[in-house]
Amino acid sequence: MFAAENGLKGDPRLEAISAAIRVVPNFPKKGIMFQDITTLLLDHKAFKHTIDIFVDRYKDMQISVVAGVEARGFMFGPSIALAIGAKFVPLRKPGKLPGKIHIALKFLGFFVVDDENGNTVIIGKVISESYELEYGHDRLEMHVDAVEPLERVIIIDDLVATGGTLSAAISLMESQGAEVVECACVIGLPEVKGQHKLKGKPLYVLVEPSGLDEFC
Amino acid sequence: MLFLLYILLLSLCHRAPAIRLPSNNSKTPFLLRSKASRDSETMATKEDVQDPRIPKIASSIRVIPDFPKPGIMFQDITTLLLDTEAFKDTIDIFVERYKGKGISVVAGVEARGFIFGPPIALAIGAKFVPLRKPKKLPGKVISEEYSLEYGTDKIEMHVGAVEPGERAIIIDDLIATGGTLAAAIRLLERVGVTIAECACVIELPVLKGREKLGETPLFILVTSDAA
Repeated sequence: MFAAENGLKGDPRLEAISAAIRVVPNFPKKGIMFQDITTLLLDHKAFKHTIDIFVDRYKDMQISVVAGVEARGFMFGPSIALAIGAKFVPLRKPGKLPGKIHIALKFLGFFVVDDENGNTVIIGKVISESYELEYGHDRLEMHVDAVEPLERVIIIDDLVATGGTLSAAISLMESQGAEVVECACVIGLPEVKGQHKLKGKPLYVLVEPSGLDEFC
Repeated sequence: MLFLLYILLLSLCHRAPAIRLPSNNSKTPFLLRSKASRDSETMATKEDVQDPRIPKIASSIRVIPDFPKPGIMFQDITTLLLDTEAFKDTIDIFVERYKGKGISVVAGVEARGFIFGPPIALAIGAKFVPLRKPKKLPGKVISEEYSLEYGTDKIEMHVGAVEPGERAIIIDDLIATGGTLAAAIRLLERVGVTIAECACVIELPVLKGREKLGETPLFILVTSDAA
């Protein structure tokens, strides 16, 4: 759900956050209006508002893990984790994490996860067949033992479009017996408006994309 | 296998702050300077007080042998991120050092620099500027090339992210050969930014990365001889 529908209607911070996000047309390919959060990171006040809103929401929810999706989830997740006293767990593209890992991999329409013994376990169907197949988006890795059973987790990314990447992240967490309390993103594309849940998990989004008006 | 275990144990020992090599060289040993001498350029001496938070930070870092290839002892900071106290202490130490020093830019090197940089930037009131691998940043960029063992790579920054005259720190989790940090320095200096300092959690002094940084000071929490 959008923050404005969930207690933050009219909150001036949301407008400042939205205004700080830059739209770059035709990146990475023609027709895509890319939502660039790097300008949000340059605006100290707006960046702080972003973190504060998430921290206020999660600080009393007994969250012990903030998982962030590489790479832009890394820019938001750790600050939230530090403020709420949670661990930060990076969810990375293939080959980046050393040591023993779990992998969520989209295979024939299912998410499969390798357990510690190297057995491949099917843990859920993908919710959408049409998410981006840009390299790395359909495979996420997490360290073995980063998350323990029954831990309460929030998953952070800068933006949610079809929800494919977040679905992979949810799969990773659930395969370890952890509970995903919510997925949280700064920006939510129109596809998710009206959707309160992603793979059965609540979705919390601060703002809609900027700069779509002229194309609607 | 036993040999690997031996190397692993050795590396763990060298991260233990109780062990100090005689400081005959001009490179700063891994102990933090005490508050009193923080602003001076003198070498750390035996009288320096180590920040009591350092041992816990050092011990929270996991060493993984033979990653990404045989012979490399990889310094894995993800275990530091799982230790809420050690992670908080890490950020606090950097924030204490840079707050109120006129730093308006914290530049972080992809991707692990993105984990440490933003919390520091938020706490000291600075912008966070990601320095990224090619083709990741959507807008107009400037690039700087640097050498790898085989071939070259590039880092990029958005045009307009920083302005001439700004003071910056550059953050990464680790300095090894110094190639990436040196490129980051060149990138920022090209657009008129002064680098106050480079800051890393870990240094591998054996690889002499510090020498590549020229005049730019380097601040480190932990050193490791595992390389």
